[in-house]
Amino acid sequence: MILARVVGEVVSSHKRPQFEGAKLLIVQPETPTGTKAGVALVAIDSVGAGRGELVIAVLEGRAAQEALGKGLAPVDCAILGIVDEVDLHE
Amino acid sequence: MQLARVIGDIVATRKEPAYEGIPLLVIQPIAPDGSDLGRPLVALDAVGAGVGETVFFVRGKEASFPFHPKQVPADAGIVGIVDHWTTEAGGGPRARPGGQGRSPHAT
Amino acid sequence: MVLARIVGTVVATRKDPRLVSNKLLLARPVDPRDRTRLEGAYLVAVDTVDAGVGETVLIVSGSSARMASGMKDCPVDAVVVGIVDVVDLSE
Repeated sequence: MILARVVGEVVSSHKRPQFEGAKLLIVQPETPTGTKAGVALVAIDSVGAGRGELVIAVLEGRAAQEALGKGLAPVDCAILGIVDEVDLHE
Repeated sequence: MQLARVIGDIVATRKEPAYEGIPLLVIQPIAPDGSDLGRPLVALDAVGAGVGETVFFVRGKEASFPFHPKQVPADAGIVGIVDHWTTEAGGGPRARPGGQGRSPHAT
Repeated sequence: MVLARIVGTVVATRKDPRLVSNKLLLARPVDPRDRTRLEGAYLVAVDTVDAGVGETVLIVSGSSARMASGMKDCPVDAVVVGIVDVVDLSE
């Protein structure tokens, strides 16, 4: 899993049926200190994250499908949790 | 699958119960000419490989298949020890501890 | 699997129910040849072996992560499966 910041929402009216009812967010991977790390991704949100929040996202197909909960689905990134606190000892 | 050289082993007392009895080795993926390719990684050993040997390994869930029906969480596993390989660019004999035989075959 | 150093912890109250009561750790891969060298992207990994900050651990990622004990059908892609005592490199 990675840390990412929610930077936007995606609205799509024409999509695979498994995405019906699922919220799609744009997330920017970040380091724990807030630096951008790589390209922005589109993620399924099932925890109710909002713009500006730091989240935990999973980057693997089956895990994302588990999070979406619709069985086999063409998804590879899902938000699993909203971060309250990162405690970094580095 | 990919070629790699076994460069070390790992001792871990506190670990996933399914790892009990399975050696954990540090491997360095190599190109067909024997040069290092990318970063070293840790792999489960299903064939009894040792440090210095050239092996081939599998990535992904398939790495756990040699231990079936035991459910072992593995994403890299050594599935063969290489005796010898040849390619258009050359090849290599089995590497032995001490470093002999790591260089490509003399042509 | 990768060798990584635990560099922190992550606290998340609102999360997937299947992650509740799992400890989330922040880890960074290390170079096995020089374990003081942290490299690559930070990973958030579920802890199954009671690892702590500063320890060198073994992380399994991808779909295989769900084969770790207690992780079946959980939406995870990185799990800490071992605490490394010794890395013996003979190079």
